[in-house]
Amino acid sequence: MAEIQSYTMNFGPQHPAAHGVLRLVLEMEGEVIHRADPHVGLLHRGTEKLAESKPFNQTIGYMDRLDYVSMMCNEHGYVLAIEKMLDVEVPIRAQYIRVMFDEITRILNHLLWLGGHGLDIGAMTMFLYCFREREDLMDCYEAVSGTRMHATYYRPGGVYRDLPESMPKYQESKFRSKKEIDRLNSIRDGSLLDFIEAFTNKFPGCVDEYETLLTDNRIWKQRTVNIAVVSPERAMQLGFTGPMLRGSGVEWDLRKKQPYEVYDRLDFDIPVGVNGDCYDRYLVRIEEMRQSNQIIKQCVKWLRANAGPVMVDDHKVVAPTRVEMKDDMESLIHHFKLFTEGYCVPEGEAYAAIEHPKGEFGVYLISDGANKPYRVKIRAPGFAHISAMSEMVEGHMLADVVAVIGTQDIVFGEVDR
Amino acid sequence: MDERFGEQITRIASTCGELTFEVAKDDLHDVATALRNEGEFGFEMLIDVCGVDYLTYGSDEWNTSSATGTGFSRGVEREPVILDEADEFDTRRFAVVFHLLSVRHNLRLRLRAFTGKDNPPVMRSVVDIWNGANWFEREVFDLFGILFVGHPDLRRILTDYGFIGHPFRKDFPLIGNVEVSYDAEKGRVAYQPVSIEPRTLVPRVIRDDNRYSADLKDNADG
Repeated sequence: MAEIQSYTMNFGPQHPAAHGVLRLVLEMEGEVIHRADPHVGLLHRGTEKLAESKPFNQTIGYMDRLDYVSMMCNEHGYVLAIEKMLDVEVPIRAQYIRVMFDEITRILNHLLWLGGHGLDIGAMTMFLYCFREREDLMDCYEAVSGTRMHATYYRPGGVYRDLPESMPKYQESKFRSKKEIDRLNSIRDGSLLDFIEAFTNKFPGCVDEYETLLTDNRIWKQRTVNIAVVSPERAMQLGFTGPMLRGSGVEWDLRKKQPYEVYDRLDFDIPVGVNGDCYDRYLVRIEEMRQSNQIIKQCVKWLRANAGPVMVDDHKVVAPTRVEMKDDMESLIHHFKLFTEGYCVPEGEAYAAIEHPKGEFGVYLISDGANKPYRVKIRAPGFAHISAMSEMVEGHMLADVVAVIGTQDIVFGEVDR
Repeated sequence: MDERFGEQITRIASTCGELTFEVAKDDLHDVATALRNEGEFGFEMLIDVCGVDYLTYGSDEWNTSSATGTGFSRGVEREPVILDEADEFDTRRFAVVFHLLSVRHNLRLRLRAFTGKDNPPVMRSVVDIWNGANWFEREVFDLFGILFVGHPDLRRILTDYGFIGHPFRKDFPLIGNVEVSYDAEKGRVAYQPVSIEPRTLVPRVIRDDNRYSADLKDNADG
């Protein structure tokens, strides 16, 4: 019989299970992996360098494109860092809107993760189920910002505009019948808040559906239980954050521990895993979706009851309205200055972190007093997670690599920046 | 902190209520080990490692002595700065910033260490203290060319295979030095010098803003 030798295998960069452009060089003995060497950077765009050459506000759009499945959370981290330096107090309504959209984003992210992770390890149906609900949440993005993904909705000082009173509707086309259009538009008659509330009432049922398909599924458990176990000490040593850390049993969530915006006024729980394997991380994320749903409900209730401004009234940072600009000289000057030069941020440095769906997303900002940042460093959670790839797959089979990529919830937009 | 480390660290005045300490390059490893292992600190997580190039800190590019005649430069004159060949750097040019987090005490801390005048800049690696530093240090090496002594596997990470230069240094042009295109004769993608010109759409300006002036704030408080 031939002797089995170790050999090197190349995985990716164009591989459907690599979730983007990941190239893995695997040292294997038969089916068993000895060492994995991830090559990242194939999507490196130099976001941080680009940010140094632009006024502060023009970089918000780049933030959407970092982790392109949790767009608004990235914006939030960046905007918070600027606000910290400018010492701007955001209106309370804007804080609630931000929290609501952060949680919508968390559900969006976890749905894509669940769909992709399921598809990778043999649960085809998940993908279709998850995308069905994602569609509704994308509509919320569209209603509030005009785009379905890259919203650029958060601004230093608040959010770009208040929640709309009407939802965008489907229009009749030769692909869809009148009856079908009426069915689709029936939930879009009210305001955005009505739409979101209808979603939050329906969504726990959807999560139950996902769980019916997976949680006790024999195949799902075979693919995830005891795969890539990470101890709590190791997880902290490796810089894990978010569900990766909580899956290992460390109770750490910035929304509870270092609350920003209005998280300290909201009632929600932090799920924590026990074993630190792929299955526990799956359970943590599923429960996070339920908790996010709870938070959204509370925000909707508050937002219905309390009207108010969504932007600070400081025209050194925020552009005046069109109407003001047309008949007020000072507003015109402010408008001109903001759009030709931007605002200067006082000298200093700040680090703002938020609990992003994937972990701790931090923005470290250094300003020398100019209208452009001196240095922006984006601390992407996925970067720390994928650096532990080798350790997590060691001793597992080739097919488990896919499960590990899935459980880490890797998106290359943020890893490569 | 001051009691435990004394001379080894310098407290930097914080702007946003964040703890920042400056530590000498040679003391970095000792201080970091103590911060991680001693119970009263307990910084068991390294959140981030960030390289900074202070070359153009505090300089603006707004040149209004004469109107611009050509192009899109908006009055910005560019002079190529090539300092990489210098034998010595300004001692406060390159810095490495470490962000630490203590889960136990719910506390954040920032450590900054300057690399000194060596070319190439050198820093002591902290991979043996926090294993998660591995890739963060590779990134700093790749983008700033700072070498980490004691790093197990210091390779480029984000840039292309065979990339030349360290793109996040301030003297590296935003548009880069080379571009790629498909060469039909060679039958492969080939590198060539960039064919585009840099543009400045909004010049960098620094304005004194009285609202943030420390003197005025003190006066206002009484």
